[in-house]
Amino acid sequence: MNLDLILGILQIVLIATTPLVFAGIGELVTEKSGVLNLGVEGMMLVGAVSAFIILVITGSYFLAFFVSILSGIIMSGLFAFLVLFLMSNQIATGLALTIFGIGLSSMLGKQYIGTPIDGLSPWFFVIFSFLIVFLVSYFFYKTKAGLILRAVGESHNSAHALGYSVIKIRFLSILFGGSMCALAGSYISICYAPMWQEGMTAGRGWIALALVVFATWKPERVLIGAYIFGGVTILQMNLQALGLRFPGQFFSMAPYVATILVLVLISSNKLRIKLSAPASLTIPFYKGR
Amino acid sequence: MIRIITYLSTFLVFAFGSAYADPKKVGFIYIGPPGDHGWTYMHDVGRKYMESQLGDSITTTYLENIPENADAVRAIRKLADSGHDLIFTTSFNYMDQTHEVAKDFPDIKFEHATGYIQADNVATYSARFYEGRMIEGHIAGHMTETNTIGYIASFPIPEVVRGINAFYLAASKVNPDIKMKIIWVFTWYDPGKEADAANTLINQGADIIVQHTDTYAPCQAAQKAGVYAFGQASNQEEFCPDAHLTSIEDIWGPYYAERAKAVVDGTWSSGDTWDGMDKGMVVMSPYNTKLMPASLIQEAVNMEVGIKDGTIHPFTGPIYNQAGELVVPEGEVAPDGMLLGMNFYVQGIDGEVPQ
Repeated sequence: MNLDLILGILQIVLIATTPLVFAGIGELVTEKSGVLNLGVEGMMLVGAVSAFIILVITGSYFLAFFVSILSGIIMSGLFAFLVLFLMSNQIATGLALTIFGIGLSSMLGKQYIGTPIDGLSPWFFVIFSFLIVFLVSYFFYKTKAGLILRAVGESHNSAHALGYSVIKIRFLSILFGGSMCALAGSYISICYAPMWQEGMTAGRGWIALALVVFATWKPERVLIGAYIFGGVTILQMNLQALGLRFPGQFFSMAPYVATILVLVLISSNKLRIKLSAPASLTIPFYKGR
Repeated sequence: MIRIITYLSTFLVFAFGSAYADPKKVGFIYIGPPGDHGWTYMHDVGRKYMESQLGDSITTTYLENIPENADAVRAIRKLADSGHDLIFTTSFNYMDQTHEVAKDFPDIKFEHATGYIQADNVATYSARFYEGRMIEGHIAGHMTETNTIGYIASFPIPEVVRGINAFYLAASKVNPDIKMKIIWVFTWYDPGKEADAANTLINQGADIIVQHTDTYAPCQAAQKAGVYAFGQASNQEEFCPDAHLTSIEDIWGPYYAERAKAVVDGTWSSGDTWDGMDKGMVVMSPYNTKLMPASLIQEAVNMEVGIKDGTIHPFTGPIYNQAGELVVPEGEVAPDGMLLGMNFYVQGIDGEVPQ
């Protein structure tokens, strides 16, 4: 093991994990306000395809990411409208959003499949992903606005009684979540694997969702969880390439098993899950009750 | 009034419909999207070729992104239920699902790609991709400077293991010092993961990337890192012009057209087809003249000729397994049965096939 090899592994881990951090932290903010959005995968795909299309048409990376984030805002805005104003079930609506996103992205991207583009260096986004986790953490625990957001997620009736606009705060949280998911998607199609392919996020949205629970709704732990997941994935590849004799399947599934184990550990303790999960998660808010 | 229109239109449909022979319906089950520019893409090219050859006598449909699990049963059954006459299931792990549905629909013909179990209404077909792997191995043996080859493998099935062995046998023949680094990613399709695997192999010193997965992400990663790569299933040169040496192309069109024609004519019968370069089912993409010396390209072309006329076989003895046992004696070639069930590495490859 020399230094170059280890630095190389570290680079690959950083590049591979960044989309999980973006999507995970976005979803965390949404859930902290008391809304569960299962549409992460769909929003990531729409974000990925819109960034790719705009880049092909305009050649501008800035516009690509800008439009991508806009697409995330539109997708999550649709979700927010349905669950906040029409009181639709959050789980069903979120799933529908994912299915919609998969179909929409395939349709939009049909003629762009296999268009070669120049990928963008990932490092700005890698650094930005760390920054955003610490900003969110600061926002939650050091600012009044963050406290209010958490209060809305814990008990929307109390927050409402204190005069805070539950709907407005949740709306903004959902939009933030959507834009982060879209950013994760555009990172994948522009930096990580510069191409557009249908369904190219390959389940990372679902992993991001699991990460939020894994992190017991704490921002820094999303970062830790994401890096455990990404680290184990890349580590097992390295062990394989070194020619070690070990069951490759086991290590391929190891990150998923680890996630499930932590989920089991967390949810087996009722008190712990009560203490960490936002108390109003998935409960719709009816004004005037 | 509405009732009259309904009757009338029904009558018209039957009147005109019966004026033509019913076109045969041909369905395809795809593991990925047709746009992967790899495995599924080439099946779709084959489907379109079949359409162009048979014109109005057939109509085709396809279902894409069908996972290799119980979902596949539903997808295949959906095609069977909707009156398809011939159904191609285009991935190895659709095997059990294909047979499960085929049992219930004895009048429908099924064709299972890369499988090895036939039934009265289930034929199997595959291409001898390992012939192309041999040529890639030969090229890699000459082109590598670090003597390290990175190989991205998908699932430990004979098809993939055979490719690894054919590649290594040819590569180690020209360069006995060659080392293979193999990563099993346990997916056919995940651009991110494929890129991770490629970067990991490059980081560990590989200067040639070989892939048995479906997207061009590994080739792109090689291009970025300044090493060489072989594409997969279709010509991927436009995505990585400075890395791409050649690709093995799968040419399914003529086979699909022939089989669909047999269904139209009523002459279809089950069987097993395993064609290679001689029948044009396996084709090498144009060799990259910018990267490869002309003499090496000539050697590769000569090799193609030898494979086509049968004087060269990638699995010519003596071949030993990892335990040092002679599996193919000197002067003989491995029988198709051994190749079809190949689940061991040949001597010289480190690690073991995941079981």
